[in-house]
Amino acid sequence: MCLAIPGEILEILPDRPELAKVEVSGVRRNINISLLDPPPEPGTWILIHVGFALSVVDEHEARAVLEFLEGLGQNYTDEIDALHDSRIE
Amino acid sequence: MRYVDEYRDADKARMLAAEIAALCEPGREYKFMEVCGGHTHTIYKHGIEDYLPDNVRLVHGPGCPVCVIPMGRVDDAIHIARQPGVLMTSFGDMMRVPGSNGNFFDSNAEDTSIRMVYSPLDSLKLARQNPDRHVVFMAIGFETTAPSTAMTLLRAEQEGLDNFSVFGNHVTILPAIKAILDSPDLRLDGFLGPGHVSTVIGCRPYEFIARDYGRPVVVSGFEPLDIMQSIYLLLRQLADGRCEVENQYTRVVPWEGNTTALEAIGKTMELRPYFEWRGLGFISHSALRLRDAYGRFDAERRFDLPGVRVADPKSCQCGEVLKGVLKPWECKVFGTACTPETPIGTCMVSPEGACAAYYNFGRFNREQVREASRT
Repeated sequence: MCLAIPGEILEILPDRPELAKVEVSGVRRNINISLLDPPPEPGTWILIHVGFALSVVDEHEARAVLEFLEGLGQNYTDEIDALHDSRIE
Repeated sequence: MRYVDEYRDADKARMLAAEIAALCEPGREYKFMEVCGGHTHTIYKHGIEDYLPDNVRLVHGPGCPVCVIPMGRVDDAIHIARQPGVLMTSFGDMMRVPGSNGNFFDSNAEDTSIRMVYSPLDSLKLARQNPDRHVVFMAIGFETTAPSTAMTLLRAEQEGLDNFSVFGNHVTILPAIKAILDSPDLRLDGFLGPGHVSTVIGCRPYEFIARDYGRPVVVSGFEPLDIMQSIYLLLRQLADGRCEVENQYTRVVPWEGNTTALEAIGKTMELRPYFEWRGLGFISHSALRLRDAYGRFDAERRFDLPGVRVADPKSCQCGEVLKGVLKPWECKVFGTACTPETPIGTCMVSPEGACAAYYNFGRFNREQVREASRT
């Protein structure tokens, strides 16, 4: 849970503006974006921590963070597995 | 391309290493503490210390929120989970943290339901789905994680849920840094400030370290080059006779932090008068609890807690490791009685813990490397 992982916003949920469908390493899940001001647009990369977007990053930074996380091996796999089981509404 | 990038990175690291060496005063020992477990991870994984001159040492700090949870709080969580109708949830990292009578997996094997969740919002969903159960979320984490708990509480209030509560164990990093600075055990020359905590609190709260303690702080990113550059910036300040808070991680950390997140924490939580940290003891104003206005969501008010203080096993030296007084491999039980499979102390449990990071990457300390190369 200590990790902040990058993901790309695919869409803002039409009836729930505080939630966005986000893709993280091939996993698509809902993430809460209400800590970000102004609200991010689809296509924005964000750093996600326990289901919430903490900050906006550019794509280059997102990819660098991703590469770093993939290098962590099991710790990152565990985080993605946890995200996989998540069903935020 | 990848090869070229890596080559350039190694090249840059060597350049930075040369500049770092040039900034060091001959004969002076430098000790910098990296506060965040994520930094510890990078340092071990990439062998950052091997790039540094011998007189620059990195000391690992208390920045693993799982590692600082005392055993008594694990026992309290299991006590709550044993109450009729309770469904307990927490992050996966908590599951193997030992209490005085085993961890969450052990208690689940007996009579509790403690489930792993990815997010506090997943706990909230469990509460909606299980109206006949009372769902408790065991909240842990520094300021990075507290906003998520705060936003979840606001949501629970909005929905009028009455079968959801939070067992709060959020800790705040600054009092722990202050406790380390006040401790006579360790003389430090500066700090690598935590990256993700700072996205929430910003850089200003570290100013007391520079102003009152005369130690520089550089908020740092997690890449090996970020850490090398931050060490360079710390040494540059010392060489120039400056003492400031600098932000190396500007691409992610805004100077003022995240005001929405801070407001959510402030609305739902307040500082506790004191809180016990594993290894560091009781520290004033170092943790958060729910405000009275959110008392109905507070598991500590809803359930009678034993609240018994449990001393760590005698053989465990997590306290010294968390304070940076001992390196992981200097602990008596490191890698023998205490391993990630059968941890005695929390530093070996969490992947962010200094001992687990060190164990997993199998790094040698420099003295051992020297000895090995002699034989």
